[in-house]
Amino acid sequence: MSAVALSIQNLSKSFRIAHQSGGLPGYKTLHDELMTLPRRLINRLRRSGRSTSETFWALKNVSFDVKAGQALGIIGSNGAGKSTLLKILNRITEPTRGAVDIYGRVGALLEVGTGFHPELTGRENIFLNGAILGMSRAEIRRKFDEIVAFAEVEKFLDTPVKRYSSGMYVRLAFAVAAHLDPEILLIDEVLAVGDAEFQKKCLEKMENVATKEGRTVIFVSHDMDAICHLCSRCILLRHGEVAKMGNAADVVGAYLGGERDQSPEIDFAPIESEARFQFAGLYNQKGQASASFSADETLLLKSSFAVSRQIQGLQFSFSVFNFKGDQIFYSTISMAKPAISVEAAGEHNIAAMIPGRLLLPGRYSITLALHTPKTKLYDRRTRALSFRVVGTIGDSYDGFAGDELGHVYADVKWQEIDNQRVAGSPHDRFPISH
Amino acid sequence: MQPSAAKPTLRIRPTKGWAALNLRELWNYRDLLWILVERNIKVIYKQTALGMTWVALQPLIAAITLAVVFGRIAKLPSDGVPYLLFVFCGMTGWRYFSETAQRSNSSLVNNAQLVSKVYFPRMLIPLSHTFSALVDFALMLVMLFVFMAVYRVPPTLRLAAIPVFLFLTAMTATGVSLWFSALSVKYRDCTYALPFFLQIWMLASPIVYPTSEIASPLKQTLFALNPVVGLVEGFRWSVLGRSALNPSIFWVTVGMSFLALISGAFFFRRVERDFADII
Repeated sequence: MSAVALSIQNLSKSFRIAHQSGGLPGYKTLHDELMTLPRRLINRLRRSGRSTSETFWALKNVSFDVKAGQALGIIGSNGAGKSTLLKILNRITEPTRGAVDIYGRVGALLEVGTGFHPELTGRENIFLNGAILGMSRAEIRRKFDEIVAFAEVEKFLDTPVKRYSSGMYVRLAFAVAAHLDPEILLIDEVLAVGDAEFQKKCLEKMENVATKEGRTVIFVSHDMDAICHLCSRCILLRHGEVAKMGNAADVVGAYLGGERDQSPEIDFAPIESEARFQFAGLYNQKGQASASFSADETLLLKSSFAVSRQIQGLQFSFSVFNFKGDQIFYSTISMAKPAISVEAAGEHNIAAMIPGRLLLPGRYSITLALHTPKTKLYDRRTRALSFRVVGTIGDSYDGFAGDELGHVYADVKWQEIDNQRVAGSPHDRFPISH
Repeated sequence: MQPSAAKPTLRIRPTKGWAALNLRELWNYRDLLWILVERNIKVIYKQTALGMTWVALQPLIAAITLAVVFGRIAKLPSDGVPYLLFVFCGMTGWRYFSETAQRSNSSLVNNAQLVSKVYFPRMLIPLSHTFSALVDFALMLVMLFVFMAVYRVPPTLRLAAIPVFLFLTAMTATGVSLWFSALSVKYRDCTYALPFFLQIWMLASPIVYPTSEIASPLKQTLFALNPVVGLVEGFRWSVLGRSALNPSIFWVTVGMSFLALISGAFFFRRVERDFADII
């Protein structure tokens, strides 16, 4: 059995959320503090629970071990506690309860470029950033050339980084962090930046660190492909707790498969509103309720809603989001041709057809809304429905999956043409038959 | 799973109450301290036309203003020393103290990006200003020697005591910096309050008037509870040879300097664990 690199026992972290109206959360003015002092003292004496703040547990009793040389992925939706966990492991913030034992030097890449100073040159920033990440001057000097070569910024070494393009900035920052020699490397969603080519380079570097150099890597990401590719084990966090732990492919599968089996049809509890949703459902071409569609298939969204009085300009709209929470598209009933009005009082039943060969395979959710544009929101059902698109689009798009190829499938017409330089309007040269 | 027999390199536990200073870790990060000091120096007068000239210009203009207002107009006494020299000498120590406090005051807030994203001993940030302000101090000292030459004040062996008073000033300044920088993470009020506080502090210290104006020795010793009193008089003693400095004032100052530094360091350590969450 290989040695343990990191051991976490019953780790919990709470934050206090202030409930006072006004004032920014997080910090108070001295005045506030002094004014509430008598009340707080009395509260403390009485041990009364009527405090003005509420405790929010970002992490609850998280326990796990990571073996040396293992690459562990951590996934979960936003607010599940992933970043808090990394921040504790990196000692940026302290846990409220529990313990962590780390065997080895920790290096972290929590956000690219945080240690940079805009007024300093690239060269000066390499030293500054390296030192902040825990490298000694001698170490940085030794790695300097390698870092510069990796970042591809040779020509701009003596330019202040405030004049760098964002791409150069990110490249330099990643290069410094990647050339740390930690035994345990913590990485938080750094690949969301930079161009595709550089992202690939970063992933390769991380893979090297994990597999070839045998270091321990803890990797937090929304990029399920990268997680599966890089990590052998994976942990799914939900509301601050470990929801699932195991083989990376299994855990990712469970996460993408929905955290619970959601029914394709849903009856909404009534709310107090002049326009409110009653029902929504998803159906396939055969008219069967379904939460799983093939990529070629047309998807039917049906919804019923009640309108209690005539509402001028009322619209029914929906948005489709991917599993990362990116909005893929939006549609509203005012786009309907011929026009459909839902302004009249009464119950409305509406169907919206989402064409096939549009969404790439993956996991999606739909948010529904009843509103009058820019004036009033009557009812919104966030992520009311979720569904999966499976398979491939057409025959020739094997492997056209995941989000590395974009968000939607575009029905691009391709053809071979004779010569670019022939005279005439572009359309004459490039006649596309519809 | 049983952790390996080896001792963990790092144990993370919630801390309660007062924490140890952990000077060893501070020492391990000394490279970062020097780089931060370098950064402070490089950045401070970047993109100004006069650049480092400001370091000389600021105290010079301030000293002349004070000399005109308090020396010429108010005719305050100066222990028989030319008033401009008297004020400039007083300001050498004072400005090192106040510049350090002022620059480090909002240093943590200005480096919020770092504090909330990367781990390193947070104390390094205010501490780096104690060192980088030494550049300003050195230049003022050179200017002070020029003033001495101009006013024909002969240098004495007492000049050798300057490092002692500089060291005590650095300790006091660091202590005050640690208090204020830590407080301003939670209470941004401190950012606004400190300049006034320093202004009042300056008037409460013998910069524009000599301590000898206070007649009773007991009252002088009480006056020295403000550590700046002993420091300013210490510089005057070393440079001008004329000062109200006596052993009791000196030892009270040493005590207060240590108190400032130690209380500041412990307070900082106590509150730094929450910095990342509230900054």
